Amino acid sequence: MSEPSHPTAAPQDLGREALTLGVSPDTGEIGKPRSLWSDAWHDLRRNPTFIVSALLILFLIVVAVVPSLFTGTDPKFCDLSHSNETSAPGHPFGFTRQGCDIYARVIYGARASVMVGVLVTSGVVLIGGVIGALAAFYGGALDAVLSRITDTFFAIPLLLGAIVFLQAFPFRNIWTVVAAIMILGWPTVARIMRGAVISVKESDFVTAARALGASDMRILRRHILPNAIAPVIVVATISLGLFIVLEATLSFLGIGLPSSTVSWGSDINDAQSSLRSAPHVLLYPSVALSITVLAFMLLGDAVRDALDPKLR
Amino acid sequence: MTQDTINTTSSADSVRGSEDPNAPVLEVENLHVEFRTRDGVARAVNGVSFDLLPGETLAILGESGSGKSVTAQAIMGILDTPPGFVTQGSVRFRGTELLTLPEKERRRYRGEKIAMIFQDALSSLNPVYSVGYQIGEMFRVHRGASRADAKKKAIELMDRVHIPAARQRVTDFPHQFSGGMRQRIMIAIALSLDPEIIIADEPTTALDVTVQAQVMQLLADLQAESKMGLILITHDLGVVADVADKISVMYAGSLIEQAPSIDLYSNPAHPYTERLLAAIPRVDLKGQELYTIKGIPPNLTDIPAGCAFHPRCPYAQKPICFEQVPPLQDVSSGRRSACHFWKETLDGSIQTR
Amino acid sequence: MAASRPDEPVLEVRGLVKHFPLTKGILFKKQIGAVQAVDGIDLKLYKGETLGVVGESGCGKSTTARLLMRLERPTAGQILFHGEDIAQLSGKALKAVRRNIQIVLQDPYSSLNPRMTVGDIVAEPFEIHKDVAPKGSRRKLVQELLEVVGLNPEHIHRYPHQFSGGQRQRIGIARGLALRPEIIVCDEPVSALDVSVQAQVINLFEKLQDELGLSYVFIAHDLSVVRHISDRVAVMYLGKVVETGDEEQIYERPTHPYTQALLSAVPVPDPSLRGHRDQIMLEGDVPSPANPPSGCRFRTRCWKAQDVCSVEEPELIVREGLDHPSACHFASIREVISTIDVS
Repeated sequence: MSEPSHPTAAPQDLGREALTLGVSPDTGEIGKPRSLWSDAWHDLRRNPTFIVSALLILFLIVVAVVPSLFTGTDPKFCDLSHSNETSAPGHPFGFTRQGCDIYARVIYGARASVMVGVLVTSGVVLIGGVIGALAAFYGGALDAVLSRITDTFFAIPLLLGAIVFLQAFPFRNIWTVVAAIMILGWPTVARIMRGAVISVKESDFVTAARALGASDMRILRRHILPNAIAPVIVVATISLGLFIVLEATLSFLGIGLPSSTVSWGSDINDAQSSLRSAPHVLLYPSVALSITVLAFMLLGDAVRDALDPKLR
Repeated sequence: MTQDTINTTSSADSVRGSEDPNAPVLEVENLHVEFRTRDGVARAVNGVSFDLLPGETLAILGESGSGKSVTAQAIMGILDTPPGFVTQGSVRFRGTELLTLPEKERRRYRGEKIAMIFQDALSSLNPVYSVGYQIGEMFRVHRGASRADAKKKAIELMDRVHIPAARQRVTDFPHQFSGGMRQRIMIAIALSLDPEIIIADEPTTALDVTVQAQVMQLLADLQAESKMGLILITHDLGVVADVADKISVMYAGSLIEQAPSIDLYSNPAHPYTERLLAAIPRVDLKGQELYTIKGIPPNLTDIPAGCAFHPRCPYAQKPICFEQVPPLQDVSSGRRSACHFWKETLDGSIQTR
Repeated sequence: MAASRPDEPVLEVRGLVKHFPLTKGILFKKQIGAVQAVDGIDLKLYKGETLGVVGESGCGKSTTARLLMRLERPTAGQILFHGEDIAQLSGKALKAVRRNIQIVLQDPYSSLNPRMTVGDIVAEPFEIHKDVAPKGSRRKLVQELLEVVGLNPEHIHRYPHQFSGGQRQRIGIARGLALRPEIIVCDEPVSALDVSVQAQVINLFEKLQDELGLSYVFIAHDLSVVRHISDRVAVMYLGKVVETGDEEQIYERPTHPYTQALLSAVPVPDPSLRGHRDQIMLEGDVPSPANPPSGCRFRTRCWKAQDVCSVEEPELIVREGLDHPSACHFASIREVISTIDVS
């Protein structure tokens, strides 16, 4: 027998009842202004997950921007005489089958992954955000049309769709890869933005702005977007890691970045054939990829926790 | 209500009517509840004591942040722990201490002896089960009734709370009823096992005034029928005036005045009560001037020293009101006040500072 | 209170109607009915006075507020501001009218943008209507407005969540005053506040009315508050105005059965009146505004209902022997509450 579903008070009643807001009376001192963003930042600063992941990502960005700081070796200089060698002085990670320095390739490979991650995420937030916001704000026929378009793109499986898209191009470069992932990744953001805008749209402060005579543009820019952006930021941060994995997968399948570009994905692809005999060739790029993705996932988690209570 | 088809498994200790009518059915003594939060410890309830006689209506009056709902939840044992903790005090139902009971024992009291109804019936009722199912659940769980019997009892109860066409509506869902009807369904659930006490937490605040009148009348009728005790928790001084026998006024987690209804309204013995009465507009007064209480209720993590009301009190005197917490003193039989100057408040001789 | 009433109302509503269509179907929507939220109401507001609009849920008073603010477009009817019809205005003309009619909303916790500072919130009217105040003077104006509503002007850099409910409501009032409107529509402005704070905000409304000559349309469900602040009152039920008159007429000589039932249900904080009050208990629920009863809408709950009530809808007119309009075939005075004059 189960416990009867006894009606209980909603948690926010207890909260509001027991904890009156910490405000100073009208006659009080000037407290420091605390915006919701600065509250979130305050929480983040004290969160060890955030600190670790943020430092890691900062490090990765530095590696991506100035790889020459970390290694003097040319990643594309390959000497077959060193094929599959494990570490040697000056080459801590050893060599690939072609005799290229793995350490240098891991360092230089960061750029491709970070670039793809950042470009795709920016593009996806821009496209998805605009579509979702417009659909939700104007509603009606526009919403119906945009939502059906979103659903259509949503239904296409990400990997398969990217493969098909990329086959259409005779050449391969970073831009086609970015475009492929972007075109299939925007629906998620669009949906999140649409949901957020719909809930903010009904708020009293939006009504008040209309009552003042604010234009649609102003309402979207000043009132709706700042209040709807938080869930989008959370999704974007978490998705960044996924996009990097996707690029690596495409490169692994041989249809991503060209072999002239140093990338972890293609290195993992190349390492397949000598898996048994020289596992170190697979190990280093895989670990680099995993750490990168993990860092972004952790960042996304920390940001979500910091922004969540303020979303209410 | 016939009990033949239902297996009565409740304990033998609550046969109503055979108890001493002067013995309180509920005694709350020196109750303290804390909320441990990131921003500090909020002292939501600070030494609250009162008792309830059988058939009596006690109103706990207070604004938001006064601790009135938390007190009710502590009595029912449904406090969110963490962050809420009962740190001190005793809650006795007919002499049995409830706070130290193991959860399994406590559950036997909850719903059977003491029932609770809440402000927002729509969020308190489960939207995916029919109302008949939810009312009948009490019988199925506590009394081992069969589904058919539970449904029968549910229809009986719906009739008792005057829901029209009960037989047809017993399979309807909460959202298919109006606000007032949903509140009656909550009352039906609360009544189902013939509790000795009903605690009603702001039962009519979300309702229209004509519906409010109907629901309060229903509660009064049911009380008269079954000699049930009623604890009414509210901020509405008008509603309280209509139904309460005695009133406990709470402020910042403490009980600051207790009195029979008539005395409280005609002659308050605490400045907060006096100021509150002067601040509410009355529908039967013309040309009224509203006197405001300056400031706002305190943050419960930082209750002022001395008398919690002193920053807002027009009569606060240095140093006593600023430094010493006024004890709850006897004003007369059945009346208590936690003010250093209750005598002066009572006879109107108190001076504004 | 207005000393003498000028002849022309500053705001007048004639035959205002708002029906919300109920549609079926996903792509090609077919109308299957309508929610008759407001179904032909007449109101008059004079300068410097407060018109209270009371009614319970579903009566259409909130929709009326939105219509007056042109946040919704009326289905039919006229809204005359100084004689000019604003009901179908749009674009620049509508924006210009907004400077004269402003709103204060109910919920202090959601009526202010949590991501804007208080200073920005109160300054926004100046940013939207740029010709009202030059950029340099705005900060000072904002601080003056905060002072007028009883807040510390040095707090302009704070955010809404750092203020209490009553303070937030004051910020909303400051925002409403910025453009120096003639009329403020107040939609349940004190319902969400604690009792002791309500009095502060009510007194503020009265003070502002005296000092600035404002006219209020005060929409609320709390009849005690409405009596206190209103000069004239309109009682609404299911989209119609059932009775209207000045405060004394409505509260001391109500003639419509619904008004009488409403007044009898208002709790009075005086235990000595227990058992001595005229208690009218209404049966049943409010009918759905999508399907209102024929003839008089109140007849399904009215103890006076006769056959004529289901056939002929009673007009809101001054009836024989009475001194204010009432929409009931059998209107008669019943003194439900005994008023005490404490002025």
